[in-house]
Amino acid sequence: MSALRNTLDKMKPTFSKGGKLSALGSFFDAMETFFFVPKTVTRRGTHIKDSVDLKRTMITVMIALIPVFLFSIYNIGYQMNLAYGYGWGFWMIVWRGFLKILPLYLVSYIVGLFFECMFAQIKGEEVNEGYFVTGFLIPLIMPVNIPLWMLAIAVAFAVVIGKEVFGGTGMNIWNPALLCRAFLFFSYPKMMSGDSVWVAHKIGVDAVSCATPLSEMASGGMSAMSYSPLQMFIGLIPGSVGETSTLCILRGALVLLFTGVGSWKVMLSCVAGGLLAGLLGNVPAYYHLIMGGFAFGCVFMATDPVTSAQTETGKWIYGFLIGAFAVLLRIFNPGYPEGMMLSILLMNTFAPLIDHMVVNGNIRRRLRRAKTV
Amino acid sequence: MSEHIRLKKGLDIPLAGAAPAKIAETVADDLVALKPTDFKALVPKLAVKEGDSVQAGDVLFTDKMHPAVRFCSPCSGVVQQIVRGDKRKLLAVVVKADGEHKSVKFDAVDCSKLDKQAMTEALLERGLWPMIKQRPYGIIANAEDTPKSIFVSAMNTAPLAPDPDFIMDGRLDDLQEGVNALCRLTKGGVHFSMAAAAEAGSAMHNLKGVIFHTFDGPHPAGNVGIQINHISPINKGEIVWTVDLVSLAAMGRCLRTGEFDMTRPVAVTGPAAKEPCYVMGVQGMSLKAIAKYAEEGNVRYVSGDVLTGTNVGAEGFLGFFDSQVTLLEEGDYYELLGWIKPFRLKKFSFSHLYWSWLAGKKKTYKLDTNTNGGPRAFVVSDVYGKVLPMDILPVYLLKACMAKDIEKMENLGIYEVIPEDFALCEFVCPSKIEIQQILSDGIDLMLKEMA
Repeated sequence: MSALRNTLDKMKPTFSKGGKLSALGSFFDAMETFFFVPKTVTRRGTHIKDSVDLKRTMITVMIALIPVFLFSIYNIGYQMNLAYGYGWGFWMIVWRGFLKILPLYLVSYIVGLFFECMFAQIKGEEVNEGYFVTGFLIPLIMPVNIPLWMLAIAVAFAVVIGKEVFGGTGMNIWNPALLCRAFLFFSYPKMMSGDSVWVAHKIGVDAVSCATPLSEMASGGMSAMSYSPLQMFIGLIPGSVGETSTLCILRGALVLLFTGVGSWKVMLSCVAGGLLAGLLGNVPAYYHLIMGGFAFGCVFMATDPVTSAQTETGKWIYGFLIGAFAVLLRIFNPGYPEGMMLSILLMNTFAPLIDHMVVNGNIRRRLRRAKTV
Repeated sequence: MSEHIRLKKGLDIPLAGAAPAKIAETVADDLVALKPTDFKALVPKLAVKEGDSVQAGDVLFTDKMHPAVRFCSPCSGVVQQIVRGDKRKLLAVVVKADGEHKSVKFDAVDCSKLDKQAMTEALLERGLWPMIKQRPYGIIANAEDTPKSIFVSAMNTAPLAPDPDFIMDGRLDDLQEGVNALCRLTKGGVHFSMAAAAEAGSAMHNLKGVIFHTFDGPHPAGNVGIQINHISPINKGEIVWTVDLVSLAAMGRCLRTGEFDMTRPVAVTGPAAKEPCYVMGVQGMSLKAIAKYAEEGNVRYVSGDVLTGTNVGAEGFLGFFDSQVTLLEEGDYYELLGWIKPFRLKKFSFSHLYWSWLAGKKKTYKLDTNTNGGPRAFVVSDVYGKVLPMDILPVYLLKACMAKDIEKMENLGIYEVIPEDFALCEFVCPSKIEIQQILSDGIDLMLKEMA
């Protein structure tokens, strides 16, 4: 431990202002603060500070995502095995799944962190740990077959246009991970939807066609559904990498709720909105909670503290409308079988408006108080 | 009339080093300093030079804008040093005490017979006026205003704060006289808030002429700003005044006896205090006198509490309004992978991201001055409101301050708060934002624009 500390101390002058590698200063700083909580002390204001910081907050979200991540690895291999009839055993399934997911993660983190560090360097700020989570989320909401160059472009778009131009983590309007997906969804729709993108390809063979529950529902309602609710809940079904297992997502939700990192108000109202809107559909309302990306979006995307409504009252409205719009899109728009991504991005856009109304309520209360005195 | 108000939001930081209710010693007068920097927006005008002899109650400096407002020496002795900072800004007037406790002899007055004008003059003449703070902004009250009402909090919920009943033991007559004086200054009455738990056993509930309120709840329930918000919130254009308890007693004693007596029990507290205790000291006393109570090592001397106090250093002086010193270990160390450790049992967090919320209320922590992370933009939105029991949206008000949007600041309640009310928001902030400074800058802007 002290050896590491000494090494870092020795390297520090090279990366500091005036040093040879000062252009990599923010990267060095990110690495240093990754290993060591800095020794900065309070200067003015409160003399002591809570032990929580954003690194801790973000790592908690990642911990909540671990079951989803592990399940995704298994499910990728499982779907391949099923489609091509390989007859793999458990470890082979895991291994092949891992080989499929690894490049997605490499691209997501390398491209994303490159731009994060670049902008931190330009702005002279510390690298924000927000990308820990964004980079972890992005592969989980992609179809497994997404070409890596597309992913790289989308990640660059999401980080630069979606976040950094607004001023970085904390200032962005839209959830960067979803923006990444939306970019691909509209730029390369063939790679993002349809029946042939969900199972990892075998080289030299045509893509396997494999319907997701959502596309089945869109094509023929209850009569076309080949998956049982239990299957959809457990999640060994085709779909985006990490969205299929409601069970694992639920476990992640418990971590977020227990630690208070994810807003229970957003989650609860989102589920309520989804159920209510689901009454209008041709499958039981609760199906919508376990199909497609609803659960994943509700737990890990809608609750993003930066892009969700900031006021407590606003969170109820924001969450409810996400759930309701997502399901309404699924039911009434034949063009898009899935509505969660668009619904969250839409409400990200309107969250400031919701907050504006709540804040105005506060202002009006204050003015009314002045008049009654 | 008594009203009970129960507050749920807030946080009592379980900091180690509370002082047991016993006076360990009386500190001999040595150096004493009066600091203009203890007052918001004060431009001082010096009235003495180095080498002048002064008695307790002699003017050291005045307010340049309101020359009648006098700041008086808390002890008798010789002006040893006039400390100046950048651009010759006056930082402190240091008096070397002679130990004779000579005071200017003022006339004792019977406050109940004075009108507002005469009362104001009596307070100005005796150098007691700076003890009255004005809301909005937390500046020294303007003697020409008539406040809507005056608020006194006899409840201190700040971390390791001195116990009001203990430090006011035997001072009931002084407090009563102080209250009588304040009653002359306003038609809206003097609101006196006490802790619900302490009310029955406290001598202070015998005070006459005040409107009692009781509060219970975690910090900041004892902050006068929070109490005002729940009793009679400040609207645009309104002015209220506040006086802290220790100042009120000092004020009362001076009016009653004519002696300028600024002695007070001072709580020596904090995790780096070897033996937390109370000492009998004086306003502005040198902290060298309490050095023996501090642990060895790199210790920060804070005049006041850990949330709102000032880092004055081991050679520094107690602040004008302070009756507490907090001693803290400096946290200038690296911690390997601290943020990712599953357990970090010596650290405290309001959030549920560590385990301290499960550790029970009795456990105390030896917290140090490490920031526990680097500065970031506002990310987490719901944490601030949980420690601010007022109908105010803290992040929106702070962002209005940062954007220098006067109209928004006004609309969102800048008149109702001073930095101390937001201190807990700063403590819990995971982005390590200097919230009190932002608010203070916002108030400076208001003072400038509204002048």
